[in-house]
Order: sequence, then structure tokens, then C-alpha cells
Amino acid sequence: MIDINYYLLTSAVLFSIGVAGVLIRRNAIVIFMCIELMLNSINLTLVAFSAFLGSISGQIFVFIVMTVAAAEAAVGLAIVIALFRNKESVNIDEINILKW
Amino acid sequence: MEFKLETFLFFFLAVSSIISAIMMITRKSPISSALFLILNFFTVSGLYLLLKAQFIAVIQVLVYMGAIMVLFLFVIMLLNLQDKSKFKEKYSYKKITSLLLSILLFCILSFTLYFGFTGKFKAMSDAAGDLGKAETLGAELFTAFSFPFELASFLLLAAIVGAVVLAKKKFN
Repeated sequence: MIDINYYLLTSAVLFSIGVAGVLIRRNAIVIFMCIELMLNSINLTLVAFSAFLGSISGQIFVFIVMTVAAAEAAVGLAIVIALFRNKESVNIDEINILKW
Repeated sequence: MEFKLETFLFFFLAVSSIISAIMMITRKSPISSALFLILNFFTVSGLYLLLKAQFIAVIQVLVYMGAIMVLFLFVIMLLNLQDKSKFKEKYSYKKITSLLLSILLFCILSFTLYFGFTGKFKAMSDAAGDLGKAETLGAELFTAFSFPFELASFLLLAAIVGAVVLAKKKFN
């Protein structure tokens, strides 16, 4: 029997790797992928608690998180395409038009 | 400690998911990042199976690997990116600081998890085997959680409209 701590620890490691990726990488698409990784690690936490508490709410929440992830990917990639059309780059150091 | 298949599977899947996540953030080309992310999603779906959440594992494969990652790969190949990054140096202050910050975050998270949940749960709940079935999930989704379900469909509609408008418009 595997303790819940191991699942939570795996999830924490994946989340931290996602945060490191968002901070280190400069490519907008890779940053989106790191956000997907973080959402996925949160899903792992929710499913682990759902199984150990014997409650269905965690798995319902995973549904909602997946919906949000799909919506975020669609809109985010549309933004990346629109930016690439205007700037010819997806490097976020060159995309600073909202910075003053 | 006797050999148990579940323990072996758990450590195999957990270690390979962590390795593939590290490979994902360190690869230079976005395509190989995306492929390692797909591997990571696959191993996490194996972990869902170990937690007896069969339906979640299936829709993880279908939605994340089937839909979202295809979208990512499609966009990467469409844009034909070259790495023209200005930050050629391998180790900059920015990178080291972000690495230290994420390690700090991991320490905080694991500290909280260790002191919060050690010994709280003796074993997996007996009901867990039934929870993961599509039947149980569907029954809950259409009765007790019907309002969030409808909101999710509304969110997807808004995302479709937003994506179409953003990708079509030429703003200057």
C-alpha cells in the first residue's frame, strides 16, 4: 500500500518543475506547456485525495480543471499565433508592448 | 520488504514522470519539449490508474494527449520557430535565481505536505474502487454537479469564440 505522501510528493516535484520552467524558459509556447504541467500535477493531488478520502468531489474538480486547461490552451495558442504574426517571434523578452 | 507490483509500478511511474518533466524544461527545441510533456502525461495517467481513477486516466489520454498536445504540436510546426534567443549564456543570474526560487517553493510544499498529512490516512478508502467508474462520475456530474458542468460547457464556448476572434483579427 502506497502512502498518500508519495503521491503528494510526486505532485509537488512536478509543480516545482513547472514553476522553474515558467521562470527559466523564454519561449511562450514552452511556458504554456509548463502551465499545463502545473495543472496536471494539481490534478494528481486532487485524484489522490479523492481516492484516500473516498469522495467523488476531487474527480469532478479534475474535470473542471481539464476544461479550463483546454480553454486556456486554445485561447493562449491563438494569442501566440496573433503575436507571431505581428512580431515574428514568440520570445517573451521581445514581446514587451504592455511594459512601459 | 517483500516485492509488490504496486510499489514497483508507483516508483517507476513517479520517477519517469519527474525525469520527463525535467527533460521537458531543459530541451532546446519546442518539439522535443512537447514530446516529453506527452510522455509525462502518459506516466501521470498511469498514476491515476494506480489510484483507481480509471475514467480520469482515460480522459487524460484523450483530452490532454489527444487534443491539447496535438494543438501544441500543430502550432509549433505552423510557426516554424528558430532559436534566436538573445540569452546565449548558459547560466545567467536570472536562471539561477529562478531555479533557487522553485527549489524554495518545493521545500515549502514538501514541508507542508509532510507535516500535514503523515499518518492521516491509513489506507486507500474502500469506496475508491467504485469512485473512478464512468457510471459513478456521470451520475454525480448530471445531478449534484450539474451547474458546474453547464458552466464548463459555457467556458468552452467562450474559448472557441475567443480563439477564432484572436486568430483571425489582424491588430496593429
